[in-house]
Amino acid sequence: MTSSILTRSPLSEAPTRRRAPATRWYPYLLIAPAALLVLVFLVYPVGSVFYYSLQHYNITQPWADGFAGLDNFIAMGQDPLFWRSLVFTGQWVLVEVALQFVLGLGLALLINQTFVGRAVVRSLVFSPWAVSGILTTTIWILIYNPSTGVGRYLAEVGLVPFGTSLLSGAGTTFWAVILAELWKGAPFFAILILADLQSVRTELYEAAEVDGAGRIRKFASITWPHIRSAVVIATLLRAVWEFNNVDLLYTLTGGGPAGSTTTLPLYVAQTAIHDRDFGYGSALTVVAFIILTVFSVVYLRVNRFGRDDA
Amino acid sequence: MTGLVSATTARSGVASATTTLQKRRSRTSATDRALLVVPLVLYLAFTLVPFYWMLLFAFRPAGSTALVPWPITFDNFATVWNGSGFGIYFQNSIIVAVASLVVSTVIALLGGYALARFPFRGKALFVLAMLCTQFIPGAMMLIPLFQIFNGLGLTDNLWSLIISDTVFHLPLSLVLMAGFIRNVPMELEEAAWVDGCSRVDAFRLVILPLLRPGIVAVGSFAFISAWNNFLFAIMFLSSQDQFTIPVGLSYLLGEFGTDFGALAAGGVIAIVPVVVIFAYVQRFLVQGLSAGAVKG
Repeated sequence: MTSSILTRSPLSEAPTRRRAPATRWYPYLLIAPAALLVLVFLVYPVGSVFYYSLQHYNITQPWADGFAGLDNFIAMGQDPLFWRSLVFTGQWVLVEVALQFVLGLGLALLINQTFVGRAVVRSLVFSPWAVSGILTTTIWILIYNPSTGVGRYLAEVGLVPFGTSLLSGAGTTFWAVILAELWKGAPFFAILILADLQSVRTELYEAAEVDGAGRIRKFASITWPHIRSAVVIATLLRAVWEFNNVDLLYTLTGGGPAGSTTTLPLYVAQTAIHDRDFGYGSALTVVAFIILTVFSVVYLRVNRFGRDDA
Repeated sequence: MTGLVSATTARSGVASATTTLQKRRSRTSATDRALLVVPLVLYLAFTLVPFYWMLLFAFRPAGSTALVPWPITFDNFATVWNGSGFGIYFQNSIIVAVASLVVSTVIALLGGYALARFPFRGKALFVLAMLCTQFIPGAMMLIPLFQIFNGLGLTDNLWSLIISDTVFHLPLSLVLMAGFIRNVPMELEEAAWVDGCSRVDAFRLVILPLLRPGIVAVGSFAFISAWNNFLFAIMFLSSQDQFTIPVGLSYLLGEFGTDFGALAAGGVIAIVPVVVIFAYVQRFLVQGLSAGAVKG
């Protein structure tokens, strides 16, 4: 009797948090819908890809379906388009992320300064982030097309012959695609860095100015150490995302000319959508997945993810 | 005596530092301005000229090469809206994006509340798993998801898109929502419990109203990502009356001898909802996205 009164008294509970009537399974019930959806539509499909990669499975040739062993992987080793796509994937990710780093960091440093109309300028330069890959293609096709795009204006001043297509000419295709994706990707890089940039204490700059530090010195000694980890994370995030980026290449060049702009995930998408060869496509997917896992492990190591407050 | 001397030197040192600082400020202010304005204007041009180019093509009469869309025409919009079926695509896109927004936001509210307010076994693992899903390429899910939807009889059905868009966006929504809920002081909820509210009532009456900006932000990201999804749509949908706007755009792009005016008009139609939503969510971009975003 006495004890029950004691436990109910507000005084005895004051130091600890008051607990609402809840049971142990309450949080599990709350995360159940999310966990279930992710299990059924993400985890299970990832597993099934490994199964299909060992099968002959082509919608257009149902008579040849069956267990394939490692046939799909052996075929992959002899597939020049696969090797070519691996090389291009490396080039694409490296060049794209390096340029996004330079432009994104520069943009973040600019936007971080105080000036009139900053809010408006910020939303304008960030806007390509919200534009889809296919819309990016739409916009840049209008720019690159030979009959009414910039090529025509270049031709009028005699820089290139009339009818030059920047998207199919040797040498120009790669940079044309890189530029279109840069337009969309650099703002996101800037967004990722800006939050960190805003948390640098201004007193540090003032103190450095008193000590006679110049612009470069301030950046090297104060700004860079502060944003370094954010830059590492942003760079890895962009690398993963550019690896996975299919929409733009699929619609802008279709992976061409002659497979020269086909990334591995784009090759997967084409095998799935056009060829309907699900066995071979799954095998390609497995390889893409392994590459990405290696990437992700590096990423998680650097970032030490999974803490309770993540 | 020595102390006095050093104090005076120190004071004069400070004074001279201040004057040089002021001098340097006034001297470099012109350079500072140039270093800010010139690159900013160049970057703004790089961002905005492509948008202008699309508007120009959309509102310019066919055959014109003028750099201003004058006389202005809406013919291109009539062509895509009626002739190319963008009226239907727009409707389908709205259905998919709104449904995906509602489902993912509700589920994210539930799960986010669990992450923000309960300590529980396996929480770190759950968060880790959620973040890991963000590395799964959409292209990789095309084949297995097609299999699943085929089995469920949902191919060529908007539900296949709603489900896949929701699942892909859900982990991000959930992590963002947990952050927003964590920002609502625990004390407010506890006060409601003391006043006799149940946990559900306290959530509904105290947390939910305070969470409105967070819900709008998370919902907007979900809407934009569903609205923009192209790959799943082109894989799962096959009949024209089920197409969404990105699929419609890809068909305009694929046509032999593309009608650039119509293509540009289709692009403008695709961008309008995104611009409206972006104008609102861009405030949350820097803080919200850098905390939990992986996709861009």
